[in-house]
Amino acid sequence: MKIDKNTINKIARLSRIKLDDKESEDYIKDLNSILDWVEQLNEVNTENVEPLSNISSSILPKREDVSNDTNSSEEILENAPDKLEGFFAVPKVVE
Amino acid sequence: MSKSSLKQSLKDLNTKKISIRELNQDYLKRIKEKNNLNVFIHFSEENVLKQIDNLEKDNSAKKLKGIPIAIKDLFCTKSMPTTAASKILENFNPTYESFVTQKLLDEGSIFVGKTNLDEFAMGSATNTSFFGNTINPLSKENEPLAPGGSSGGSAAAVAADLCLGATGTDTGGSIRQPASFCGVVGIKPTYGLCSRWGIAAFASSLDQAGIFSHNVEDASILLQSIAGFDQRDSTSAKVDIPNYFENLDDDLNGKTVGIPKEYSIDGTPLEISQIWEDAIKVLEKKGVKIKNISLPHTKYALPTYYIIAPAEASSNLARYDGVKYGFRSDEIDSLDEMYENTRAQGFGREVKRRILIGTYVLSAGYYDAYYLKAQKVRKLIADDFNKAFKECDFIVTPTAPSAAFPLNEKQNDPIKMYLNDVFTVPASLAGLPGISIPFGIDKNNLPLGIQILGKHFDEQQVFNAAVSLERSYE
Repeated sequence: MKIDKNTINKIARLSRIKLDDKESEDYIKDLNSILDWVEQLNEVNTENVEPLSNISSSILPKREDVSNDTNSSEEILENAPDKLEGFFAVPKVVE
Repeated sequence: MSKSSLKQSLKDLNTKKISIRELNQDYLKRIKEKNNLNVFIHFSEENVLKQIDNLEKDNSAKKLKGIPIAIKDLFCTKSMPTTAASKILENFNPTYESFVTQKLLDEGSIFVGKTNLDEFAMGSATNTSFFGNTINPLSKENEPLAPGGSSGGSAAAVAADLCLGATGTDTGGSIRQPASFCGVVGIKPTYGLCSRWGIAAFASSLDQAGIFSHNVEDASILLQSIAGFDQRDSTSAKVDIPNYFENLDDDLNGKTVGIPKEYSIDGTPLEISQIWEDAIKVLEKKGVKIKNISLPHTKYALPTYYIIAPAEASSNLARYDGVKYGFRSDEIDSLDEMYENTRAQGFGREVKRRILIGTYVLSAGYYDAYYLKAQKVRKLIADDFNKAFKECDFIVTPTAPSAAFPLNEKQNDPIKMYLNDVFTVPASLAGLPGISIPFGIDKNNLPLGIQILGKHFDEQQVFNAAVSLERSYE
């Protein structure tokens, strides 16, 4: 078994998702079955194969190096769950 | 029920046989009647009437002026909320318009509503939506069927004649499979043809916008409208967009179709093998050369996809943290707790599953064994197609391994659900264009789909083969 209680806790922590015990158990089962299933990729010989990360053939275009001030902080804050004096507001971080 | 095509409606509008208001009133009436299908996450009659008012005052000529279009609720729209079918974006009102929807607005189309989907496009039945299932309009009364997914709301909107076309997105089959389940046409173009700007991201190296429509001609008209270069999407392609509709040519004489033997999979229903054979016979009669081809890495496409897509999703969905937009949990004693509770309460089960698996395959110690390995196999899959397309002009396969399945069918086994995409995922990994068209029915009178795949940016060939098959079937 690749995923045990410790591993799922570690991944959940990295993902910033709180799991209760029941969920942890379910995901341990799901993730192990998915990982067993993808294991078949080990049958494929990939020696000297370049990994493909971008299928697009286009070359990244360069834009003009000019500054661009849209002054859109109000727009950006429009959907914020909590804001304060033109900033996003979060719970207190420093004690 | 005879459905009007987009092409015909444009003609009727231009000859003043019908007004924009009359045309759209007809669709509004049906949308309200078919409310039980739960096709739309957002629908406002008032909003549609306002759009009609504005167009009536506008004297300029526009290509899609007055045409009712449904928008998958993954595209950011200024005039309507955008949720990605997730609680975490329940009250999100974009302050900008996606590239694709802006193009449709510029051409004068009317947005009838935002359609339901699997949460963040992760699913194959539109059953992971925070806003409930969409029901396939072809369902019989006592047995509701799934519309497929993730773009199930858009496919159902076209099938139920609630619009003349709809936008979708396809990451591993999310346009083609629901098109097949709902008996409509659905095209996923080449990766890079339509800008991803303003589309809530799932797996960025695979996500691609596309179109649902009643027929191939309409799809060719709409795809031209949403395609094009956009500097805000770094993978957007600088290619000329042909007038697909004007160039449609159903004469396939002398062309070669590739038939991949690896798509004959054990356990595929006989009816699906049958329509595949029928399609091949039709093509043969039209003077198309039949070429048996091999795509040897096909069986590895699904496991490859289910490493790469969740890996990219786990990274893309990191932005939903309860700070900048969307839902924030009430239980926020500390910053970390705010993140963890917001994401625990804001995401659904399938989305969390994929974030967790994606985080695992990208985590230290496992990256090479899973993610890098999958990227290498992806290269082999793409190479398979490149080799095959040296011998043929297009490829024909079934779209999905089944017809629409019952809504209540237990889908607790994630791998079983993932198998829905077995015929669509390989082309997604290779970035190729693919269309699904209705072609035949099963013993329960449910539509089955045929998939046509083409070379990169050869949407014209895909449309030509599709229109040829469609006309032979009608």
